[in-house]
Amino acid sequence: MKTVSSLLDDHWYERYKKISKLNIRSSIYDVTDRCNLRCKGCFFFSSGEHERASEENDVSKWHTFVEKEMERGVNLAILIGGEPTLCLDRIEAFYKRLPTFCATNGLIKVPRDRFPDMMVGLSLWGDEEDEIALRGKDTFKITSANYAGDPHAYYLYTITPKQLGKTGKIIQKIKDIGLKVHMQLLSNDEGVDGFSWKPEELVEVRAEMDAMLDAYPETVISSKYYHKVITTGRMLDRKFGWMECPSVTEPIDKRDPRPKRLTNFIRWASDLETMHRCCTSETRDCSTCKDGAAHMSWVMVNKRAHLKSTEDLHNWIEVYEMFAKLYQFIPW
Amino acid sequence: MNTDISQTITRIAEIIINELKLEDVTPETFDADLDLVDEVGVDSMDLATIALVLRDEYGIRIDEDDYPKLTTIRIIAEYIDNKLTSDD
Repeated sequence: MKTVSSLLDDHWYERYKKISKLNIRSSIYDVTDRCNLRCKGCFFFSSGEHERASEENDVSKWHTFVEKEMERGVNLAILIGGEPTLCLDRIEAFYKRLPTFCATNGLIKVPRDRFPDMMVGLSLWGDEEDEIALRGKDTFKITSANYAGDPHAYYLYTITPKQLGKTGKIIQKIKDIGLKVHMQLLSNDEGVDGFSWKPEELVEVRAEMDAMLDAYPETVISSKYYHKVITTGRMLDRKFGWMECPSVTEPIDKRDPRPKRLTNFIRWASDLETMHRCCTSETRDCSTCKDGAAHMSWVMVNKRAHLKSTEDLHNWIEVYEMFAKLYQFIPW
Repeated sequence: MNTDISQTITRIAEIIINELKLEDVTPETFDADLDLVDEVGVDSMDLATIALVLRDEYGIRIDEDDYPKLTTIRIIAEYIDNKLTSDD
């Protein structure tokens, strides 16, 4: 039987030990159905999820809800929306109790006197031209002023096909303001004209993401294996899809056989009662889904499948470390 | 070694090998003190699967809160033994 220590040298084994018992149990929360931007290709609005539930306005109910989530074993709250920073009181209900991550467009600065070490992920959809085309304004100008040098913030850079050949310029700008960046891909079925991936472009973007990681190792939080998995939709000899996805809401997961999945994972709507199917929209075609968190989690929950060789286990460790860094379970 | 515990260890090893489809190991060669999480790569979903089989086999309930403590086959065997003894 191959064991972890038989596959790793001392250096890698130490890295492995730092993550092997983290036992991260995340869930995702729609904090609000409102947003101060309307981006083309935002799955929350394009799929109609913003109309699935009426948001809970009583802040005391959010506090009670978070207590119950902790009893369920959740130890990482991932806040999305809508735009969470429109409802700081609701964010606070999580932040006071749990490791909390807030995905935001960054137009409203999270007050650091109130949330000193909450990790903030700033969405970015490209250069000035693409930001204006997709989001109506160049958010980088505002977010870079709001968060420059913030040790608890990083950019979530959604790469589109039109960004090919231009990612270096953007990552350099991020480096220049002292922030980190994690790269993800726009999924085709959000239906944005001219922004759909073609197979050859996915090959190209994988090479570009690898090159960015090599060129900016201190700025880019990523791994080449993650690039491979997200651009090919393949992990080891398996293909990503509904029967493989780990990020399906557990109480409504009726899959048989049930794949390796995130323990106790739920994506909650903002009424605190409705559950969404998965971490992204249920209108999405799972076979072409490019959701970054789902693909990372897919690797992470399949640890034993990566115990076949040293290279596989190195890949698994790098993806797990990437996730643990992005959510502050280990330092940058 | 206590004979009952020894038998329990072998049976748990057999269950783990079968449930997790482990290769190149038998119940007899499975090191009872090997860390299942750190060395075998067992995760909480695996533990939940194993716990269900053990529940049916021994008629005991393994609390989810206890999973982090159940790091080796020997510890699991002792845990089961204690549960069975305290139920007597």
